[in-house]
Amino acid sequence: MAKPKVALYWCASCGGCDEAVVDLAENILDVVAAVDIILWPIAMDFKYKDIEAMEDGSIAVSFINGAIRTGEQKHIAELLRRKSGLVVAFGSCSSLGGIPALANLTSRRKIFDRSYHNSPTVVNPENIEPKMKASVDGHVLKLPEFFKTVYKLNDVIDVDYYLPGCPPTPELIANAVTAILEGKLPPKGAILSPDKSLCTSCDRNETKPEDVTISKIKRVIDIEVDPEKCFLAQGIICMGPATRDGCGQSCINGNMPCTGCFGPTDSCRDQGAKMIATLGAILEGDDENAVDKVIEGIVDPAGTFYRYAMSASLLGGARKEVENE
Amino acid sequence: MGNYEPKIVAFVCNWCSYAGADKAGMLKLNYSTDVKLIRMMCSGRVDPQFVLDAFRKGADGVMILGCHPGDCHYRSGNLKAMRRFNLLKKMMSQFGIDGRRVKIDWIAAGEAERFQKVANEMAETVENLGQLHLRGYVESEVQ
Repeated sequence: MAKPKVALYWCASCGGCDEAVVDLAENILDVVAAVDIILWPIAMDFKYKDIEAMEDGSIAVSFINGAIRTGEQKHIAELLRRKSGLVVAFGSCSSLGGIPALANLTSRRKIFDRSYHNSPTVVNPENIEPKMKASVDGHVLKLPEFFKTVYKLNDVIDVDYYLPGCPPTPELIANAVTAILEGKLPPKGAILSPDKSLCTSCDRNETKPEDVTISKIKRVIDIEVDPEKCFLAQGIICMGPATRDGCGQSCINGNMPCTGCFGPTDSCRDQGAKMIATLGAILEGDDENAVDKVIEGIVDPAGTFYRYAMSASLLGGARKEVENE
Repeated sequence: MGNYEPKIVAFVCNWCSYAGADKAGMLKLNYSTDVKLIRMMCSGRVDPQFVLDAFRKGADGVMILGCHPGDCHYRSGNLKAMRRFNLLKKMMSQFGIDGRRVKIDWIAAGEAERFQKVANEMAETVENLGQLHLRGYVESEVQ
């Protein structure tokens, strides 16, 4: 029997998710022995036209990482959807928008202004900007569209499963691949990581006092961080209460607070709002002025609470002043 | 903007603010029909998700009304609401939503006139600000 075909693709991402596949280390040999990789742009040479020539549904599973920012990414995502039995959103960016989706707090116009005009290192006297179509010496050149917003994968195509994490851990990847190969899959739409908050498995949970209170927000550079004590009890914003478990606490074990890359649990629609709910219960201050003084310590609430989940949030991004911004 | 009718969602606590609104009704005090009440057991039950969801679904303004500080039926629910709300308000400015579109206030069960005043002032403020029209990520879902 022919080996099942697998595609790995990257959209708006940093390459860390592909690195995570390589981090399977020698286990990747078992994967390669079991499947046939037919597309993996970061690691191997394939042609899109070969994918286009394949029969619809002939790829067993496509792992797509990265958010959707350009027309090309949307095009390939749609192509892989057509050709694949299963599509797995791989990593925070394709599941939730990830770091690239923080750009939803600004606009395409402002991004172009900065990148092509105002940045101190840019010299652009002719005010040239990328266009979707340009003619040079009779030749027509085309570029993919740069969308107004950053989308998560399931905004553009139907997604079967989600592997959260920035990047997903080798354990979660191995579990997912095994489940697919053995046909032991959860219901469609499942997020392939435990549905509970990080705090439930955090070793520091034991040190959490009955009533955590924060009178002053601190950053990890402000204090010597106690390697045993709950971060919130030390006044450091830790996204653990609003974040899904399954990462193996790699940041916590490195004495750094959770930044929320696994996104919210199934019972929560909006990770940032949930974190605000949590902090509201533990911040100190019984009048507005006292509370505002504590809140001053949270310099960038949107960037802190939606660091990975902007596209999956209720508002999705900043309100645009004009239609085509 | 013209004469549009703003949609204002007001989350009111069962013990004080809803009772205050009820009393306004009994006294036949007129207040703006733009203000839609949702009764909660406590202002502390107002999850910030409810506020964001209201905006996503087309609200132009959101109010959270609770008991006066010190009067909360559950001791400190209103204070938790206030802390959440102040943080939420700070964050919403990053999302381009004017801070005047959200309001937290305290109304006791007997303060019918105060309820009337707060509701009408909010309606006027939001009417002057115009329709929110969330353009951006959710534009296809929200009008």
